[in-house]
Amino acid sequence: MTVTESGSNEVTVPEGHVAFSIDGVSMTAEKGTLIIRAAEQLGIEIPRFCDHPLLDPVAACRMCLVEIEGQPKPQPACAIPVGDNMVVRTQRTSKVADDAQKGVMEFLLLNHPLDCPICDKGGECPLQNQAMSAGRAESRFEGSKRTFPKPINVSAQILLDRERCVSCARCTRFADEIAGDAFIDLLERGAQQQVGISEDTPFDSYFSGNTVQICPVGALTNARYRFRARPFDLVSVPTVCEHCASGCSLRTDVRRGEVQRRLAGDEPEINEEWNCDKGRFAFPYLTEDRITHPLVRDDNGDLRTASWPEALGMAADALTAAVGSAAVLTGGRLTSEDAFAYSKFARTILQTDNVDFRARPHSAEEADFLRSVVAGSEGPTYTDLQSAPAVVLVAFEPEDESPIVFLRLRKAVTKGTTKVYAVAPWASPGLSKLGATVLAAGPGQEIQALAGSEDVMQALRQPGAVLMVGERAATAPGLLSWAAQTAADTGARLAWVPRRAGERGALEAGLLPGMAPAAWGELAAGVGFPGVIEALVTAAEPEEALVPVPDPEAPESASTEVVPVEDEEPEPPFRALVLAGFDPRDVPDGAALVEGFAQVPTVIALATHHNDATRAADIVFPVAAVTEKAGSFIDWEGRRRPFPQVFRESLILSDAGVLAAIADEMLQDFGPADPIALRAEASTAQPATRPDRPSVAGAGARETSAGEAVLSTWRQLVDDGSMQAGEPYLAATARPAVVRIGPANAADLGISDGDPVTLTGTTGSVTLPALITDMPAGVVWAPGNSGANLVADLGVTSGDTVRVSVGRTS
Amino acid sequence: MPLTPVITAHWDQPDSFTLEGYRRNGGYSALAKAFEMGPDAVIATVKDSGLRGRGGAGFPTGLKWSFVPQNDGKPHYLVVNADESEPGACKDIPIMLANPHALIEGIIIASYAIRADHAFVYIRGEVPHVIRRMHAAVREARAAGYIGDNIAGSGFNLNLVVHSGAGAYICGEETALLDSLEGRRGQPRLKPPFPAVAGLYACPTVVNNVETIANVPYIVNNGVDWFRSFGTEKSPGFKVFAVSGHVQRPGIYEAPLGIPMAELLEYAGGVREGHELKFWLPGGSSVPMLTAEHLDLPLTYEAMAEAGSMLGTGTPMVFDETTSVVRAVTGWLDFYKHESCGKCTPCREGNWFIHDLLHRFDQGRGRSDQLVVLDNVCGQILGRSFCALGDAAATPFPSAMKYFADEFEAGTTTPSSVAFDPAASTVFSEVKA
Repeated sequence: MTVTESGSNEVTVPEGHVAFSIDGVSMTAEKGTLIIRAAEQLGIEIPRFCDHPLLDPVAACRMCLVEIEGQPKPQPACAIPVGDNMVVRTQRTSKVADDAQKGVMEFLLLNHPLDCPICDKGGECPLQNQAMSAGRAESRFEGSKRTFPKPINVSAQILLDRERCVSCARCTRFADEIAGDAFIDLLERGAQQQVGISEDTPFDSYFSGNTVQICPVGALTNARYRFRARPFDLVSVPTVCEHCASGCSLRTDVRRGEVQRRLAGDEPEINEEWNCDKGRFAFPYLTEDRITHPLVRDDNGDLRTASWPEALGMAADALTAAVGSAAVLTGGRLTSEDAFAYSKFARTILQTDNVDFRARPHSAEEADFLRSVVAGSEGPTYTDLQSAPAVVLVAFEPEDESPIVFLRLRKAVTKGTTKVYAVAPWASPGLSKLGATVLAAGPGQEIQALAGSEDVMQALRQPGAVLMVGERAATAPGLLSWAAQTAADTGARLAWVPRRAGERGALEAGLLPGMAPAAWGELAAGVGFPGVIEALVTAAEPEEALVPVPDPEAPESASTEVVPVEDEEPEPPFRALVLAGFDPRDVPDGAALVEGFAQVPTVIALATHHNDATRAADIVFPVAAVTEKAGSFIDWEGRRRPFPQVFRESLILSDAGVLAAIADEMLQDFGPADPIALRAEASTAQPATRPDRPSVAGAGARETSAGEAVLSTWRQLVDDGSMQAGEPYLAATARPAVVRIGPANAADLGISDGDPVTLTGTTGSVTLPALITDMPAGVVWAPGNSGANLVADLGVTSGDTVRVSVGRTS
Repeated sequence: MPLTPVITAHWDQPDSFTLEGYRRNGGYSALAKAFEMGPDAVIATVKDSGLRGRGGAGFPTGLKWSFVPQNDGKPHYLVVNADESEPGACKDIPIMLANPHALIEGIIIASYAIRADHAFVYIRGEVPHVIRRMHAAVREARAAGYIGDNIAGSGFNLNLVVHSGAGAYICGEETALLDSLEGRRGQPRLKPPFPAVAGLYACPTVVNNVETIANVPYIVNNGVDWFRSFGTEKSPGFKVFAVSGHVQRPGIYEAPLGIPMAELLEYAGGVREGHELKFWLPGGSSVPMLTAEHLDLPLTYEAMAEAGSMLGTGTPMVFDETTSVVRAVTGWLDFYKHESCGKCTPCREGNWFIHDLLHRFDQGRGRSDQLVVLDNVCGQILGRSFCALGDAAATPFPSAMKYFADEFEAGTTTPSSVAFDPAASTVFSEVKA
């Protein structure tokens, strides 16, 4: 933009720009710039309702009418691009424009109920504000207003008050253009025009909450926030979403020490102005059922409340005795600072390399992949996705597993020329909305499908192409090796997209064996989740060889040669376990792992909420939730996303704070535990990485026998996840849990849509209605944690075989 | 000025609507001529003829056709707007009833000219008999080889679809019509892009009125000079005038453009016996009203504009002194309020406002200061709405005020039904028991 002094004619017009004037100020702007945007650059605000910079113009509300010299009628500034030598006069200098706007404002208020005192939008309402700035003091309308029944549900979460609606169509355009979920549309005509849903098809979009945020009046409200606060009573804090690795900026609005609502933050490079409903509504868990005091196991074996000094003292004694024989297992939701604190505590205080953050299905190949390819890498960004000629998705369903990646991909597809390819067992709604070319493949068949597709390989060779791999790839042997090799061969940029917000940060903090910074000294090679599970679960199973079998043929004297059984207890696999935000229901064999705690003298858990692990632990410390501490996450791009402490008066210690306190009790120097110091220290203590890419051969699809199928699964965005607890309205918008099964297999079983199908794994079963879906034979799909947690309840994950039977099992 | 029946020339024959009847009177002879001329020459001919759109706006037809980009690799479409819904307009419906093959021949020629191989006729849904007749005519034409592949050995292919609307005035607006035709809710689209560039299914599309297209075979057959021998320089040709209201013989009168309303009124037998003209509208309720002083003006696009009105659809409505202007205007606003599509604020809310105020005057409950508000509100709609529907709705009141302000003043005390007996203006008012 170039602005010159008023009246000056000397304007240099750069290539591709046009010169024009607004309210007498000469300026230039890129060709195609809308008048309303050009005016914003000058600081001139033209009132508007339907205009939204991220939506296509409709020019429906007519609020932004301006005068353009040579045009007989006032024109909508939101829809007309600036032209060469165009002379624009806004309401500031043109009576025509001012009159037009005042007229439109009078009309807008005609049928509006003016119920501001009871409206959630009151105080932050563009209609209210612009009625003040561009409206008449009094209405001349004396007739009766159009009325509608007060709010109706368009989904369990979203309520619609049609009387307040000004028909700007922002919501319907968002649903159609951005989310691709055109579940709401305008119905009827004239003043009866209203937003509505199709009968029996509620607005169950993962992104529905955005419509509430962009509604310029109080027509759309959400059940979570409705009547909870007035905007002017709220304190707003810019935060970052903790739900997934998308890295969204949020605005957290709090009142009386409680989060009242969360809004999408404006972050053009990441989430633009959108977020998903999980990020927006799933926050009641922050206050519900928290662990509030340290707990220790008493003589009866029960957990009892303990004072901090007592619990810290016990923990310090136990850990002092466990130096060199401990393991630190974390969930994937730590801030990167806390993750670094665990990494440092394990290596420098506990003197162990037994660390891991992958509380989910994982593999040794994955650990190698993460250490060699992902850690410290500069991956593609959201902007790169938008300009990529092709994006290939492997073991990754973006709408469910990283919804903002989905939105950006959709933008790339609808506004740009990006082509999306995906290897998946079926064309999910998300993939369909991306117009993705789906290479149908069940677990284990991915490499064959990808490598066999000349289209995909060609696409990957284009400059700027991106290969995106989800965390589920760990369950398909060889897939991560193939991805790393293929990226290297084709020049495609590789992105690893974990589901949880803390995983990339934990990796960068070195929370995997073999990643300790050299500065922390030499340590014996440690084990991660696989090793710990093996030690506590597999090794604990009784082995026949350990029981001496008496040999009746042996001479009596030989018995004296039998080594007498020692009285001493055998050395435990670990003297202590430190668990951080770890839920055993997330990992394979989690229940057995908890049983294995019995072999460990001391299990210390740091957690915000109870789960099977904290209940089985010997010492439990409460830690700060994401609103009670500052920190940062590292999103899938590798970009740091720092956030401040929302509740600044909170005295709850962060994980790092508890670790430092334990270290103090151990008379060890942990160093400062505040996030800024930890971040600074982490930047100098670079984790060691391993140079070699994994080279595991693909195993192919698992063999199945009659009545069995290979399970494909991922977690739906809205499901039974523990961080979605306490939000029934969100839960009610979840996609229904079904078992998807191919037509041939369905025919074999004699089932049709809706019939109950039971999947049985190693530890349990789940019965869900069938949905016959176009997918490879021998594969079934079920959501990972909707109705049943497949890993915890069935003991299976993607790629495992399950027994498939019709109807319910007794 | 004599009547010049061209499109309506053979409507007195019992089979004018059949293929046989049409062919007997020289029908489908223009087609071969057009194929011989080539598409560009057809466009040039229509351009030179000066034919202007008969749907109301009067845009030059040949110019519209020439906007269609050629050799762009996209399919082109011709869409005939047969959604005749304007209050008072009744000319396209009779054309389709009595001479559907002139329309079909025009469609083939126009499609050939703009290189469209797919044409649509969008007929309002309330006239099933007309839709049936068009279906039958298209069937006949298809059987005769005028529609389909390689028409008359020309190598030109055309598919023609007759589509019925669902009853919305807004679907007469060309872009709303296209949305409706695509299966969407009929609401006007943001322009640009104009339909000639991105119309139906985002492809170049020409949208023409029924009467406009029905003119085409006659122009091709008889030439530019013949066509220009009718009408005026700026409004050449003839027009199917549909005269309605308080006249002796309401009906269709095809006459050269430029015929004064007085003459047309004579053809229609004059105002009903014992009554005198109060006001008239040249082309539907959406154009400003005129009075007896304007009767001698030629009915052309330019003369009507000069008099402060518009030729519109060329379907004059005549009202005698029994008519309450307040009631007439209120009735029209009932229509516009009901038909406003709701997309833009001025039309959606403004019509609600005008409607409320007009009913006060119609019921004798108005206040003088509300006349100022009414005028002001109409001004807040005119030129600020998304499409012409809002402009149309804002037209009747100001033009009525111009000539009949006293009647609105009376509306502050007297209901229109008291000032003007509604029964007196009905067609059966003279009938005594």
